[in-house]
Amino acid sequence: MSINKFNILKFNHHKNRNISLILGVLFFSVGIIDFYLNNYFNTNITSFLPRIINFFTPLIFGVIGLHLIRIEFSGIKILDSLNKNINTTNFNAALSVSIILLIIFGLPPLLNWLILDANFTGDSKEACTGGGACWVYIKVWFNRFMYGMYPNAEQWRVNLTFIAVLVFMAAGFFTPTRLRNYLSLYYVLILPIISFILIYFIVSGGSFGLVWVETGAWGGLSLTFMVSFFSLIFCFPLGMMLALGRRSNLPIVKYSSLSFIEFWRGVPLITVLFMSAVMFPMFLPDGTYIDKLIRVVVAITLFEAAYTAEVIRGGLQALPRGQYDAAKSLGMGYWRMHVFVILPQALKLVIPGIANTFLALIKDTPLIFVVGLLELVGMLNLAKTNPKWLGFSMEGYVFAGIIFWIICYSMSKYSQNLELKYKTDR
Amino acid sequence: MKLKKILPQLLTLLFIILVFGFFTMNAQENMGARGLEFGFGFLKTQASFDIQFSLIDYDGSHTYARAYLVGLLNTLLVAFIGIILATLLGAVIGVARLSPNYLIRKTASFYIEFFRNIPLLLQIFFWYFAALRALPMLEDAPMLLNSSFMTIKGLYTPAPIWTNFDVFFTTIIAAMIIIFFFARYAKKKQEQEGKRLPVFFISLAIFIFLPLLTFLIGGVDLSWSYPVIRQMSQSSYTFDGGLKIPPELIALTLALTLYTATFIAENVRAGIQGIGKGQKEAAASIGLTPNQVLKLVIMPQALRIIIPPTTNQYLNLTKNSSLAAAIAYPDLVLVFAGTAMMQTGRAIEIVGITMATYLTISLGISLLMNWYNKRIAIQEK
Repeated sequence: MSINKFNILKFNHHKNRNISLILGVLFFSVGIIDFYLNNYFNTNITSFLPRIINFFTPLIFGVIGLHLIRIEFSGIKILDSLNKNINTTNFNAALSVSIILLIIFGLPPLLNWLILDANFTGDSKEACTGGGACWVYIKVWFNRFMYGMYPNAEQWRVNLTFIAVLVFMAAGFFTPTRLRNYLSLYYVLILPIISFILIYFIVSGGSFGLVWVETGAWGGLSLTFMVSFFSLIFCFPLGMMLALGRRSNLPIVKYSSLSFIEFWRGVPLITVLFMSAVMFPMFLPDGTYIDKLIRVVVAITLFEAAYTAEVIRGGLQALPRGQYDAAKSLGMGYWRMHVFVILPQALKLVIPGIANTFLALIKDTPLIFVVGLLELVGMLNLAKTNPKWLGFSMEGYVFAGIIFWIICYSMSKYSQNLELKYKTDR
Repeated sequence: MKLKKILPQLLTLLFIILVFGFFTMNAQENMGARGLEFGFGFLKTQASFDIQFSLIDYDGSHTYARAYLVGLLNTLLVAFIGIILATLLGAVIGVARLSPNYLIRKTASFYIEFFRNIPLLLQIFFWYFAALRALPMLEDAPMLLNSSFMTIKGLYTPAPIWTNFDVFFTTIIAAMIIIFFFARYAKKKQEQEGKRLPVFFISLAIFIFLPLLTFLIGGVDLSWSYPVIRQMSQSSYTFDGGLKIPPELIALTLALTLYTATFIAENVRAGIQGIGKGQKEAAASIGLTPNQVLKLVIMPQALRIIIPPTTNQYLNLTKNSSLAAAIAYPDLVLVFAGTAMMQTGRAIEIVGITMATYLTISLGISLLMNWYNKRIAIQEK
């Protein structure tokens, strides 16, 4: 027997079910319509009610409506699933109604701003007449947001390099089985070298008849990718060494790895970048100059390597002891054991963790504005101070937010999939 | 056999010594060339720069050491507010993610997926440069709750004016000590006699009424100074009295809270999901009420799962608060590693001190956590 706390409003289930249903739907719709009219047409159909109640009428009406249609085992499929999912108790009903009202309150203005009232055509500030967003701003500045101050005529070089690197990365998937054993060597050692050579000769230029473009002019989203790509590639082997070092039973190796890891994990990235910008030059012989971009990549690499090391250590610890014992009983030494038995299994375990580290790395790259490199967010801040385009900071941040969100969300979904995939294996 | 153990260690040591030696040598040479001498004596000299927002008394005539303290306190302030708000929000969202209500569940996961996948710096910029800039000017700001003004220049709220604040403060500490001993006594009593005292309500009563008592007999008094708008010239206005919370602080706290809460929410969800259904059923079957099940069985176990990763998030929040430098909130990084370093040119000392400060906070909390984890770990035999 169903127990309802207050049955005053509740009709007998079987006899008057339909009346209850109709009344409930009516109450609910009146609540919603009242709220809608209130917000968008400035008319108040319930203005005859006292003022304090008036403010809450949509909520109260909605809850009464949901209370009335909360009929158990009604036999109507939609109603049953509705009751089960959003309408189990009065408290739940109130929360559901609040969320529905919040959506009615927030969604239409958001859509208006983003799409309906927004301006898409034109090429100057004057084209933006509607009350919505001015996407013309993004259109005009698009090249800057993607390539920074890289000269327009030379941007094909950045594109070409990216495509080439992607092709080289994809090449790993199509290697013949004979060469599969060398795949990790390819990704850890050969691919970084190839990519570096490509970037050095094509993006930077200066030889083969290409104009030299200094790194200070690089920027935008392409710089975000470059910095995060190289940091990831370099921090992986370093993190692996540190993880092994931390688990070593040689005291000096163990404690130096430990202090290295704890040091980088204990300080914020922004101070590390400060260090690379102002403190590091003091540590070099007089007259040596290392490019800003390289210093940044090294700083981020060291920083992320510490986090990667902890992730990999987690994988090493998760391996059952039997794996170590088995490898040792076959007479394998430390390195053979790790390269052929331990690491291949451990690394497979930590792929999701590494993906998360990479995600954090991408989200950290905007910080390089500290040393004066302007990737996407930095370019936005520069563009919004342009006197011809004042007052469009909102559009810029929303645009960058969408781009970053798409990148990060798809990556996190991918890593969750990997996690599920590898979980079933064990 | 022995060589195998000594050689790698020797090589590591040699490598470390070489790197450090190389850097130290160069640093000495470079500083010598610039006429600088390594040392922390500059901390005692006059800073002669102003800081917009300070919790303690500070102006240009104070020393660099005091400027450092101002920066540190500002960092801790943001971290403290952020941690409290993020914990509350994260707990609510985390529980909401497990709600049987479809709408609430989806809203919570939408919130989490939305805010955790956008770089924190971008969020800070969004709140500071886009959202808070859309607020009204001082003279157009509507009054909120009959006392406060949310304007483009920040939030103006009533400021408390205390008399005999020290008496009040001492009473609060005394109340805490009394509660601590009371809780111990109650626990002992329960173990001996099996009687449960309503610890929570009695503690709450002590905590509220004891300090309130000081208003009656301790000579403590509280009045409020309300912000009042005043016209300075044709188009410039200012507020007299009240407390001004700068927009930098609001933007930073907002972004840090919303961002970190997503991670805390996931921790809370994982913690609650990590408790087996059998625990709940077993607790119910020995006759505990639903509230007791939650308080005595579920929460203690869930907290064991939730607390370690959440502390990690607190640390992240503290470290992320250094992004304040991007919107000119005078935190440790901006005041010390920014302004003070520009003025003195002492890159090594200042970046060193800044890093050491963060490192101390991080390692201190880590040690505390390790100790706590050991204490609450399930004692397996």
